[in-house]
Amino acid sequence: MMPVTWVLLLSAFLFSVGVYGVLARRNAVLILMSIEVMLTAVNINLVAFNAMLKDVEMMGQIFALFIITIAAAEIGVGLAIVILIYRNRTTVTVDEVSLMKW
Amino acid sequence: MVRLLAAEAHEVAVPAMIDWAWLIVAVPYVSFFLIVFLGKRLPGRGHEIGIGATAISFLLSVPVFASTISALGTEGFHGFEKSIRWLQFGDNEFLELGMKIDGLTVVMLIVVTFVSLMVHIYSTGYMHGDRRYTWFYAALSLFTGSMLNLVMANNLLQLLVGWEGVGICSYFLIGHWFEERENSNAAIKAFITTRIGDVGFLFGVFVLFFAAGTFNITEITEAVEGGTIAAGVLTAAAVLLFFGAIGKSAQVPLHVWLPDAMAGPTPVSALIHAATMVVAGVYLVARMFTVFHASPVALDEVAIIGSITMLIAALLALVQDDIKRVLAYSTISQLAYMIAGLGISAYTGAVFHIWTHAWFKALLFLGAGSVIHAVHSNNMSDMGGLKDKMPITYRTYMVGGFALAGFFPLAGFFSKDEIILGAFMQARAGHGVGWFVFITMIVTAFLTACYVARMLALTFFGKPKYDTGHVHPHESPGSMTTPLILLAILSVVGGWVGLPGEPNLFANWIHFEALEHHPFNLAIAIFSMIVAIAGFLTGWTIFRGGRLKIDIVRSPFGWFYRLLENKYYLDDIYMSAIVRPIRDQISKFAYWTNQNVLDGLVNVTGMATAALGRGAYDKIDQPLIDGAVNGVAFGADVAGRGLKFWQSGNIQGYAGVLFVGIVAFVLAFIFIRI
Amino acid sequence: MHQYVFVVIGVLMAIAAVRLVTTKNVVHGALYLLMVLAGAAAIFILLLAEFVGWVQVLLYIGAVVVLLLFGLMLTRAPIGRTALDNQSRALAALVAGAIFAMTSMVLVRAFDGQMIDFSQTLTVRTLGGVLFTKYVLPFEVVSVLLLAALVGAVVLAKRDE
Repeated sequence: MMPVTWVLLLSAFLFSVGVYGVLARRNAVLILMSIEVMLTAVNINLVAFNAMLKDVEMMGQIFALFIITIAAAEIGVGLAIVILIYRNRTTVTVDEVSLMKW
Repeated sequence: MVRLLAAEAHEVAVPAMIDWAWLIVAVPYVSFFLIVFLGKRLPGRGHEIGIGATAISFLLSVPVFASTISALGTEGFHGFEKSIRWLQFGDNEFLELGMKIDGLTVVMLIVVTFVSLMVHIYSTGYMHGDRRYTWFYAALSLFTGSMLNLVMANNLLQLLVGWEGVGICSYFLIGHWFEERENSNAAIKAFITTRIGDVGFLFGVFVLFFAAGTFNITEITEAVEGGTIAAGVLTAAAVLLFFGAIGKSAQVPLHVWLPDAMAGPTPVSALIHAATMVVAGVYLVARMFTVFHASPVALDEVAIIGSITMLIAALLALVQDDIKRVLAYSTISQLAYMIAGLGISAYTGAVFHIWTHAWFKALLFLGAGSVIHAVHSNNMSDMGGLKDKMPITYRTYMVGGFALAGFFPLAGFFSKDEIILGAFMQARAGHGVGWFVFITMIVTAFLTACYVARMLALTFFGKPKYDTGHVHPHESPGSMTTPLILLAILSVVGGWVGLPGEPNLFANWIHFEALEHHPFNLAIAIFSMIVAIAGFLTGWTIFRGGRLKIDIVRSPFGWFYRLLENKYYLDDIYMSAIVRPIRDQISKFAYWTNQNVLDGLVNVTGMATAALGRGAYDKIDQPLIDGAVNGVAFGADVAGRGLKFWQSGNIQGYAGVLFVGIVAFVLAFIFIRI
Repeated sequence: MHQYVFVVIGVLMAIAAVRLVTTKNVVHGALYLLMVLAGAAAIFILLLAEFVGWVQVLLYIGAVVVLLLFGLMLTRAPIGRTALDNQSRALAALVAGAIFAMTSMVLVRAFDGQMIDFSQTLTVRTLGGVLFTKYVLPFEVVSVLLLAALVGAVVLAKRDE
C-alpha cells in the first residue's frame, strides 16, 4: 500500500518541469521534448488513478494508451513541421520564427 | 508480475553455478553501458572494461560448461532450464525471460566468450589510436552480449532479440569506418540482406507459436516429438526458420553480404566469422533441429542449399586477391559444410565443426589482420615472402591454414571427417541427396586445400611484392601475437575431443536422441585426408611461384574463370533485377498515377466546384451576404486595430499566457466555490 | 518494497527532467528524456499497468526518442546556454512554479489519504477485451488519426519538386 498522493506529486512536478521547458527553451525540438514530458506526467496520473480505483474496466490504462498513440502522432507531425521550418529558414529557434504577427 | 519458475527437476542436482549463469549474458550488456558512459574517461579509453567483462563471461562459462557436461552422462538429462515470466497476458499466455543450458549451449558459450576475449585483446593493438576506439569496444561488448543472449535463450522470442542485436551490431562494426562510402554501403548491404532472411525467421517463429502455443523451445520440441503438429505446418516452419539461417549464415542466394562485410576492421571480421553472427544461423538450425528432423523435405532443402553454397564459395575463394575475401568465401563454404551436415543428419559433426572452425577461423582472420597491419594492404599481390619477417604470425597462420584444409591431427580434420562420414552413411543408406552432398563435400575439401595452399604461398613464400622501399613489415606487438598463439594451440588440440572412442567425447556432449551416432571409419578418414593432401599439392604446384592467377583466361575455361571473377554476376543480377526495377519502375508508376489518375480527379472536382460557386455567387452571395459581411468587417477592422498588438508572433508568449490563465481559472474556481 | 522502488525511480526521474530542461547540450537532453520516459515505464509496471509500460518502452523509447534524435541531427541544433534558452527564464520558472503549486494543492486536497493497493491483479487479457469491445470506436478513430498524421508528416516534410 502506498499513498496515491506520492505519485500525483511526482506527476505534478514533471508536468511543471515540462511547462518550464516549453516556456524557457528556444530550440523547437527541445520544446517538443518538454511536451513529451508533460504528456508522460498525465499518463502517470491516469495509471495511478486506475490502480487506486481498482477499475476492472481499466479506463485509466486505456486512456493512457490513447494518449501515447496521440503523442506519437503529435511528435511525427511536429517534427515534420520543425524540419520544414528548418529547411525554409535554416533555424529552429522559435523566437526567430515570428512571421504570424501584425 | 514477475514469478520465479523452479528449475526443472531432473535426476541431477542443480549445481550452484547454473543459478548464476545468466551473469554470462548480463555482464557484456552492462559493460556496453559502462563503456558508453565512462569509457572515454578511463586511461585505456574503455578497453579495460570490455576485456574485463569478456574475461568474466569466459571465466563464468568454464564452470557452467564443466558442470553441464559432467551432468550430461546421467540418464534422461537434457539440460537445465530457468526462467521468469516478465509479461503475463492471461492465465496461460505469457512471455518468458530465461536460459536453457544444455550441451549445445555450453559449447557455444565457450566458443563465443573465448573468441570474443581474444578479439578484445587483439584489438588493443590493431585498433590502437582509432578515432572511435571507445565506441568500438562498446559495440564489441554489445555484440558479444547479444550473441550470448541468442545462445542461452530458452524461448524463440528472446532468441530473436539476440538475433536482431547481433544484426545491428554487425551493422555498426562493419561500418565502423563509415566515412568511406564503400564501408557504409557494405554495412547497409549486410544489414538489409540478412534482414530479408530475418523476415522468414520471424514468420517461422509465428508459425511455431500458433502451432505449439508457446515460444518456449523445450515445449515446442516436446510438441513436435509428441506429434501434435501437422506435418505440413512443420515443413512450413522449418523452411521459414531456415530462411533466417540462409541470411545470417550467408548461404546461397543471400551470401552476397559476407564478402563485402570485409570492409569492417579485421578483428570484427574474426568475431563475425568465428563466433558470433554467421554461426547464429547454423546454431538456429541445430537448436530447432527437432522441427527439421520431423520434415524430410526441409532437411533435403537444407542439405542441397548447403552443398551448392560450399561449392560455389570454395570456387570463389580460389580467385580472390584480397586475403580477407579469401577467408570470407572460405567461411561461407565452411558454414555450408555445417548446414549441409545438419541437412544429412550429421548433427554431432556439424556442431563439432562450429567448435573447431571457430578456433582456426578466428586464428586465420587475426593472422590476416596482423599481416595487413604489417604491409598496409589487403591484397595478396602486395604480400609475399613474409615468412622470415613475421615468424610468429607465419607459424600460427600455417597451423590455421592446415586446420582449415583438414590435415590430421589438427582440429579441422576431425570435424570435417565426421560430417563426410555422415554424408557417406546417408548415401549408402540409399538416400539420393546423400550422394549429392557426399560428392560435393569431397570436391569442396579438395578445393579448400587448394585455396589454402594458394593463400599460404602468396602471402608468406616467394619474393616480396610490396614496395620494399617504403614498407618494412615487422612482427606485430604482443597484444596481437598472444591471441594468435592461444588460438593456434586450440586449433591443434581443439579437435581432440572428437578422437575416436565409443562414443567419442564430443558426441557425448552433443547428440540428437533420434539419430544413431556413426562410429569412426578409418577408410573414410584416410580417403578425406588423401583428398586434402592432393588438393594442397595441386594448389602448391600452381601457385608456388607467386602467381596470382592461373593462365586459363584464354583457355576454353576462360568463360568459367570470368564467371568466378565476377562472383557469378549475382551482385549485378540483384542490382538490375531487384534494386533498380523497384527503385525506378515503382517511382515511375507512382508518378504516372499521380499525373493521370489523381490530377484528373482533382481537375474534375475543381471544375464542378467552380460551376457551383459561380451560381452561388450570383444568386446568394452578392445581394444577401455582402451586406452583412461588410458590416461585420467594419466592426472587425476597428477591433483589430486595437488588438493587433497582442499578436506578437512569439508562441512562447502565447503559451505562457495560456498557463497563467489556467492557474488563474483554477484558483478562481477554488476560492469562489469553497 | 514498492514504495522504496517508487521513491528511487521518482527521484531519478525528477532529476533527469530538470536536467532535460536545463542542459546545454541537446543530445544530452535527448538522453535525459530517455531517462524520464524509461522511469515512467518502470512506474507504469510498478502501478500494475504492465502493458502500458511496455508500450511506453516500445513507442516512446523505441520510436519517439529516435525520431527526436533524428530531428536534432537534421536541424543541426546548436550548443550553449544562449542558443538554447531565451531571456525570460525567470518568468518561465515562475509560471511553472505556480502550476506546480496549484496542481499539487488541488491534488493533495482531493486525494489525501487514498491508497494504492499493489496486491490486486489487472491482466492484459481484460485490457484487450475492454479495448476491443467497449472502446472499439475510439480505437478506430485513433487509427484514422494516426493515418492522417502519417500523411501529414510526409506531405510536410517532402521536398517540393
